[in-house]
Amino acid sequence: MKLLFKRPRSLREIPTHYCPGCGHGIVQRLVAEVVDELDIRERVIGVAPVGCAVIAYDYWDFDCSEAAHGRALAVATGIKRMRPENIVFTYQGDGDLAAIGTAETIHAANRGENLTVIFINNAVYGMTGGQMAPTTLLNQKTTTTPYGRRADREGYPLKISELIAQLPAVRYVERVALYSPQAVFIAKKTIKQAFQNQIENRGFSLVEVLSPCPTYWGMSPKEAMDWIRDVMIKEFPLGRIR
Amino acid sequence: MPRIVIEQDKCKGCLLCASFCPKGLIKKADKLNKLGLNPVEFDAKGCLGCMQCAVICPDCCIRIYK
Ligand SMILES: Cc1ncc(C[n+]2csc(CCOP(=O)(O)OP(=O)(O)O)c2C)c(N)n1
Ligand code: SF4
Ligand code: SF4
Ligand code: SF4
Repeated sequence: MKLLFKRPRSLREIPTHYCPGCGHGIVQRLVAEVVDELDIRERVIGVAPVGCAVIAYDYWDFDCSEAAHGRALAVATGIKRMRPENIVFTYQGDGDLAAIGTAETIHAANRGENLTVIFINNAVYGMTGGQMAPTTLLNQKTTTTPYGRRADREGYPLKISELIAQLPAVRYVERVALYSPQAVFIAKKTIKQAFQNQIENRGFSLVEVLSPCPTYWGMSPKEAMDWIRDVMIKEFPLGRIR
Repeated sequence: MPRIVIEQDKCKGCLLCASFCPKGLIKKADKLNKLGLNPVEFDAKGCLGCMQCAVICPDCCIRIYK
């Protein structure tokens, strides 16, 4: 019998601490599959965030560094400049990349660092208990917006990918979403392109992934995926931004 | 005939695989696994080998053979 689908070599055989149905598990597997397919396991270096994915370095079977909250792109810049032969990527949540790390994110993008960014937008702060993130939708209930986010009080959902796409040094920005196996397939193709760009020295590439947090959305895993498809992509349209 | 193997002790019972299987071959099992959760089980008849279940699984518990 032929094995059609198996765990990628770059993903270690250990259970993750994520909640049932969490999108982090899917994206981490996609990154591992891409690293295997591009045959870069020996030269890739990942930078893990602060957030639910904080111990991603325990799950991936390749070199990784941790960064202080929001500083992943500053750390990645340092690694890449000292070791340009390595393939360096960051993996960051929306609180990490678009709130506390906004300055590091914008300036790394504006410098056009030859890096790959995997940006997980789950519209909340998962790790700390489901508080509002900059990406929380209007009217979305979170623990800090119990009656729903209001534009006159908390501002609008921050479209950091569109902001970054304005910068002249940025090479590639695309938004994908996890709501079906087909959508996961597109997410993988996009992540692979973002790594390929770095291998070819083409500059700053960012992939935003709309990813379910069933726990703090108060939904079942399937309902959370349906919510991405029916509600979230209206605010965060999919496709190539730059 | 394609078939899938579920590593039940890693399965968190999120049921995403079951929701996307076009043939409805995956169901919640009637027992608890090492994590103390209800894993899923597979009914071997009629699997298409379409990989929808494995691709959506957040915990990488499914292998597929053809
Ligand atoms: C300097 C600092 N400030 C605040 C925190 C608390 N903190 C930990 S994770 C987190 C937010 C993470 O949210 P996000 O990046 O969206 O990731 P998720 O958990 O949703 O995957 C915060 C505020 C911290 N660890 N360090
Ligand atoms: S809190 Fe949300 S983002 Fe964090 S592990 Fe659970 S489902 Fe995933
Ligand atoms: S491979 Fe396709 S048909 Fe077979 S169990 Fe998985 S989803 Fe169902
Ligand atoms: S998708 Fe994976 S973790 Fe979820 S029920 Fe199916 S096998 Fe278990």
